[in-house]
Amino acid sequence: MLSPEEWQIVALSLRVSFLAILCTLPVAFGLAWLLARKRFAGKIVLDALVHLPLVLPPVVTGWLLLIVFGANGPVGKLLHDLFGMTLMFRWTGAALAAAIMALPLMVRAMRLSLEAVDQRYEGAARTLGAGPWRTFFEVTLPLASPGIVAGMVLGFARSIGEFGATITFVSNIPGETRTLPLAIYTSLQLPGNEAAVTRLALISVALSLGALLLSEVLARRGGLGSDGAKGSHVL
Amino acid sequence: MFFEIDILIRRSGRTVHGDFKALSGLTALFGPSGSGKTSVLDAVAGLLKPERGRIAVDGRVLFDSDAGIDLAPEQRACGYVFQDGRLFPHRTVTQNLLFGWNLAPPDRRWMTPEDAIDFLGIDHLLDRMPRTLSGGEAQRVAIGRALLSGPRCLLMDEPLASLDEARREEIMRVIEKVRDELRLPILYVSHDRGEVERLADHVVPIHPK
Repeated sequence: MLSPEEWQIVALSLRVSFLAILCTLPVAFGLAWLLARKRFAGKIVLDALVHLPLVLPPVVTGWLLLIVFGANGPVGKLLHDLFGMTLMFRWTGAALAAAIMALPLMVRAMRLSLEAVDQRYEGAARTLGAGPWRTFFEVTLPLASPGIVAGMVLGFARSIGEFGATITFVSNIPGETRTLPLAIYTSLQLPGNEAAVTRLALISVALSLGALLLSEVLARRGGLGSDGAKGSHVL
Repeated sequence: MFFEIDILIRRSGRTVHGDFKALSGLTALFGPSGSGKTSVLDAVAGLLKPERGRIAVDGRVLFDSDAGIDLAPEQRACGYVFQDGRLFPHRTVTQNLLFGWNLAPPDRRWMTPEDAIDFLGIDHLLDRMPRTLSGGEAQRVAIGRALLSGPRCLLMDEPLASLDEARREEIMRVIEKVRDELRLPILYVSHDRGEVERLADHVVPIHPK
């Protein structure tokens, strides 16, 4: 059904998105924790900055990434000098672009799930002898986990579809940075490629729809807290 | 004196003064709703930091603003039974019961899970999830969970408030058993005169300021 080249595009897209989500996870969770639980000066500014990629034209995000992570950018130069690492025009750069674009969605979902955790359960755990870390891992995290996983799935779906920032930052290199949306765009530029476009587009729809459905299912399985959700008769 | 408490709590513009000493047995903090009784319990448990003052239980100082002592809740060994039970919703009854038991140092475990389950008559509930329990069942499990954490005293915040008449009687008997058979000192918050008259060895009135 798919040509080897198209399989390669799908595999690259998945690889880029998985790396993006894996790297974003700790950052997004940390930000979500700060925004949900802490009070500090400049919280509104941090909140706005996190959401910026959601509203900024993606091409601007890509351009900013070029400035910061490009060969002469402050971080790009540092990475190159210290680790001999280049993100520009590499699939890892595509993952960075996808990660930045997925960040706001992931932070949002995780923040909501953390805010929904009734902190009185944490107090109860403390009186039963659990320190702050144990309380976090045995009470807070399990109660927030459906939202956290839902956020990851949502971020993954967003990463799969990432176009503007990616093409600006890492260009459109076959086998390296040509992910699904970039491949569709490329195919559209050439006449007589309708079949290929259709195949790639269908894969995109399937991946995104699957991720959304999964995210919805996970979010519903959550809410273990006050309102008796489904799955109550598990044991 | 078992409980020695002299604290000032400021919370959302209100000031609560908790000043009393009490022997073991059941000490009821009695006062109208909103008088800050629960705040006093929270302060003893370490969930709320008083503005100043001193809390000692059985000669052990848990909080002393002058001496700079403020033990974390997990170091205080005060079993807390909340008004709403507050069982962990993601854990079975057994897992709830054993949460504090597993964390307690062995020398502080003065009751085995088997004894607690027997004492409270909850062996038919062990595999259930908290949300499938009735109010009375949940409150029994909550008392068991607190007893198994190896506490030196029990804090109870209106444990009968969300129960119907029949269940109230049932849990009241459990509390009497804890008081008389286990001889565990209890700080008990209530605004119900009948409840206090029946259960309390000592009554401490708490007035809003």
